[in-house]
Amino acid sequence: MLERAFSSEAVTEAFEILKNEFPLAIWETVYVTVLATLFAIILGLPLGVLLVVGEKDGVLPIPKPIMRILNIVINLLRSVPFLILMIMVFPLTRLIVGTAVGTTASIVPLVIAAFPFVARLVESSLREIDPRTIEMAQSMGASPMQIIIKVMIPESVPSLISNFTIAVTTILGYTAMSGIIGGGGLGKIAINYGYYRYKYLVMLLAVILLIILVQIFQSVGTKLSVKTDKRIRNKE
Amino acid sequence: MIEIENLSKSFKTDGGTFYALKDVSLTINDGDIYGVIGMSGAGKSTLVRCINMLERPTEGTVKIDGVDIGKLSKKELCSKRRKISMIFQGFNLLMQRTCLKNICFPMELAGVKKADAKKKALELLETVGLPDKANAYPAQLSGGQQQRIAIARALATNPEVLLCDEATSALDPKTTHAILDLILNINKKLGITVVIITHQMSVVEEVCNRVAILDEGVVVEEGEVEKVFSNPKSNAAKRLVFPESSKSEEVTNVGGFRKLRVAFNGAKATATPLIAQMAIDENVSASILAASTKSIGEKVYGNMILGVEDDDIVVAKAKKYLTKDKDITVQEVSENA
Repeated sequence: MLERAFSSEAVTEAFEILKNEFPLAIWETVYVTVLATLFAIILGLPLGVLLVVGEKDGVLPIPKPIMRILNIVINLLRSVPFLILMIMVFPLTRLIVGTAVGTTASIVPLVIAAFPFVARLVESSLREIDPRTIEMAQSMGASPMQIIIKVMIPESVPSLISNFTIAVTTILGYTAMSGIIGGGGLGKIAINYGYYRYKYLVMLLAVILLIILVQIFQSVGTKLSVKTDKRIRNKE
Repeated sequence: MIEIENLSKSFKTDGGTFYALKDVSLTINDGDIYGVIGMSGAGKSTLVRCINMLERPTEGTVKIDGVDIGKLSKKELCSKRRKISMIFQGFNLLMQRTCLKNICFPMELAGVKKADAKKKALELLETVGLPDKANAYPAQLSGGQQQRIAIARALATNPEVLLCDEATSALDPKTTHAILDLILNINKKLGITVVIITHQMSVVEEVCNRVAILDEGVVVEEGEVEKVFSNPKSNAAKRLVFPESSKSEEVTNVGGFRKLRVAFNGAKATATPLIAQMAIDENVSASILAASTKSIGEKVYGNMILGVEDDDIVVAKAKKYLTKDKDITVQEVSENA
């Protein structure tokens, strides 16, 4: 089998595919990942903030039953396996995008799967803030909104960036799965050629490219997080 | 003027209700540097947080210039808090902002125009002696410098009151001194009333004019610093003023000595070497077995235990000599005392 996978014809064919289909696939993967992450942050960031400030001792307490429902919904969404979730949200996807299959359509389930995860990441970032810093802002007459916008979020930017990097790489992994519902990208190539047509070399190439993408996103994220962190002394 | 009346604060714990403050009443006059001193857990921090309602008192009122601030609406309280600044033990600077932006922070909250805020912040950096640190980040500064930035930030909204919550406790003695100097200066120049919460006697001695001693949530003594410290009545006050005196009672019993306890109640003894002078004038040589004295202002307070020759005449001579100063009392200590 290995022999067949690496035979000269297979190699030529693989490079043919690499040349013709991979550029678009890489673009699709990046495009879906970035857009899905963006929407997940747009939904997840306020939700994560709410999880922290809405607590009983938070700066903007929310009635306990509402907090409980929020937590349950987040945990529920996070416990549905992505493969199942993609199929479950078909109606919603159709409603938003007009179709349930294809690259753009795959963004919807990705966002639904990722935003509760992002909310939890934001929650953990905001919890790192020293409560005394918030007390300081309160002592200066800051309103709850001012505390959120001027203290909590800016002070946790480095941590948020490093957590968003985790989100990006996780979503990148999910995009590969969305190949099943016709989402384009490297995942589709890996499944179509590798799984359905036994072209292992093509699959291997797709996986290698996914690994490279994760590495790029991760190192950019880490660099950015360190660069923005002013707590680190004598950086210059 | 800050009037604290019958203030109590209790917390519900598993073991029942815990009183952090019990029926505290204090009046802090405009321009005072008022010290609140007590051991850890005495309720000092709770007391200071009740002044700006970071903690809501369970009972009692806090009035600032006649206004009961417990009754203010949220919005009114926010604007009132801008007139009651606070500095903290841990400085609590925003670590992701430059020093200049940190000082601008309270002005941002109050809606001051950016350019005006920046101008004021630069002036304040000058006031606290760090004009070159505008663009530095807090992590690049020493503790003392961070506290200076925190003070500048506290002054940005032209407050009437400055609350200092253990503001020097994280600093070394030299830096503490410098920060206290700055606070004293601010008090003198700007006429800001200062409330200092501390567990350090030296802090109160150095800058405060009035002091309250807090013990287990109760004000045990209150008044002018000199008066309270010269004659501490409560046990809590004595512990604070003479932390070693409990130990000094356990003087090793040296044979052949009669022990005299000499109490200084504000004697001007610093100028004259009293014990040495006694040896010259009366030919009575005494050894100092234990001493725990403090100079407050130019006066000496505290106790000293002298050992003198076991001879009635010598003891009488010493007593007579020492009590020439009316602020000194002498008592013979029995062997087992």
